[in-house]
Amino acid sequence: MSVTTLPSRGMALRQPSWIARLFDYKPFLIVMCLTPAIGLLTVFLTYPLGLGVWLAFTDTTIGQRGIFIGLENFQYLLKDPLWWNAVFYSVFYTGIATIGKFALGFWLALLLNNHFPLKSLLRAIVLLPWIVPTVLSALAFWWIYDPQFSIISYLLVDVLHIRSTNIDFLGTPWPARFSLIAANIWRGIPFVAISLLAGLQTISPSLYEAAMLDGATAWQRFRYITLPMMMPILAIVMTFSIIFTFTDFQLVYAITRGGPVNSTHLLATLAFQRGIAGGELGEGAAIAVSMIPFLVFATLFSYFGLARRKWQQGEAND
Amino acid sequence: MTDVAAQPGNSNVASATPDTMAWDSRARRVMMIYLPLACFVLILLFPFYWMAITSFKPNAELLNYKQHNPFWISSPTLAHIKHLLFNTAYPTWLKTTMFVAIGSTFLSLFASTLAAYAIERLRFRGSPYVGLGIYLAYLVPPSILFIPLATVIVQFGLFDSPMALILVYPTFLVPFCTWLLIGYFKSIPYELEECALVDGATRLQILRRITLPLAVPGLISAGIFSFTLSWNEFIYALAFIQSGANKTVPVAILTELVTGDVYQWGALMAGSLLGSLPVALFYSLFVDYYVSSLTGAVKE
Repeated sequence: MSVTTLPSRGMALRQPSWIARLFDYKPFLIVMCLTPAIGLLTVFLTYPLGLGVWLAFTDTTIGQRGIFIGLENFQYLLKDPLWWNAVFYSVFYTGIATIGKFALGFWLALLLNNHFPLKSLLRAIVLLPWIVPTVLSALAFWWIYDPQFSIISYLLVDVLHIRSTNIDFLGTPWPARFSLIAANIWRGIPFVAISLLAGLQTISPSLYEAAMLDGATAWQRFRYITLPMMMPILAIVMTFSIIFTFTDFQLVYAITRGGPVNSTHLLATLAFQRGIAGGELGEGAAIAVSMIPFLVFATLFSYFGLARRKWQQGEAND
Repeated sequence: MTDVAAQPGNSNVASATPDTMAWDSRARRVMMIYLPLACFVLILLFPFYWMAITSFKPNAELLNYKQHNPFWISSPTLAHIKHLLFNTAYPTWLKTTMFVAIGSTFLSLFASTLAAYAIERLRFRGSPYVGLGIYLAYLVPPSILFIPLATVIVQFGLFDSPMALILVYPTFLVPFCTWLLIGYFKSIPYELEECALVDGATRLQILRRITLPLAVPGLISAGIFSFTLSWNEFIYALAFIQSGANKTVPVAILTELVTGDVYQWGALMAGSLLGSLPVALFYSLFVDYYVSSLTGAVKE
């Protein structure tokens, strides 16, 4: 930013109107500047969040005001096998998908951190799965997982002759669960890779030079330089990733809608099914609210579990 | 987390990485870098290839792998796209989606520019907390909010209206944009504003003539992010919109095009392809901003 001449000469000559002078009164200006953002967030985020918690304690249905029923919704959920099933699959989905995304994403970041021709083009291409609307790429996966015309089955059966029958990807519970996780990992890799790539670029090359002079192997350099230096950024990216994977909705809704036999319901899709499609707003809200403890726990776990290393060592980088 | 330095060009800072220093042979490099990279690219791009190839395949080829190689098209056809454009409401959905995405992007940019300016430039007691509060709003996932929000939307009389989406999308766009723009404003030297103040410019003039023009790269990347995020949004659009004409592309394809037991894969994939194109085009125009601000934004 090497701007040395200011366009202020002309402005100073004009006498500011009273409105402009009002805006020069700092507290007024601050309030005016914050009003749109805070207003939008209060009306459409904070208020609904509170309302959602309130609804969870009522028996509201669509078109009918509910009354306060205390913990009844939650007691009902605790006895509901479908809710437990959704809890199980949400945790499982988040766990496996996060491990997959971070292992592959980190690997891809390390690969992209090398020098090769067309590097920036490749980075741009790699981000595509993250740009394209999830539902639309989910539809492509749905087609890839088609029971009869799956291209994966075609490869395995007709080209490689590894299997003799087509795989029923989405028709049976466990294959369906893993198919969704694979699609989620596919979608998550680019974001993890690009974020971690940014982290990798902040590591000073001199650290590696010193390590190489000391005779450290590639694995040792990764283990003792790359990994510790990446912990803070890993903590943040993983926290984000866990929150958005746990509360995922679109992918499951687009590909299986919770089926077969409700085996792939996440808490979010179950909440939608009961709350919006089924009209039981109170119960749906209770399911949505039941995600909060998991989210808080997962966030604390991932953030402090990984970030701890940093403040234990007391290194104040940046 | 709030001190984001989102400068374009950050991604180019990569200097010598360990492998350029290593004495590795060409073969080793191919095995360790190029081969895995090729696999990644192949897997990451395959669904798009499959989407594209399905959109142009005639139905006879689409469902017959025995006589036709599924990876190629022997007689490409525009039938699926024609069907989509002339026999369905696809153009309307595209228009609605565009309207919603542009509307919510402008609303979010307006709100978050002012907020970021107030937090970063007008420093007041508690400004870091306001910044943190706005940032934390990003961590509240839509899956928790959509049920109560639906009742709020009904109360406001906005149910089934694209306006509802334009007003609701900023809840996840504003935190992100504000966060990004705070970083940009931080990179603009204070002295510029101070000089202008001394010269007698009003605060609004400073914002309009000095700070905003210098923050244009930040505004562009915040705009791209907002546009793509609102184009992609699904759960609110699914919950708040009922009538076919007001649906956004992702929702409409899933609820209006998926009918019956026999899925029209050609039309579905053509719809997905056309629905992805605007974001992909938009993204490719500004890809440098996009990648660098993404890499910049996550840097602590």
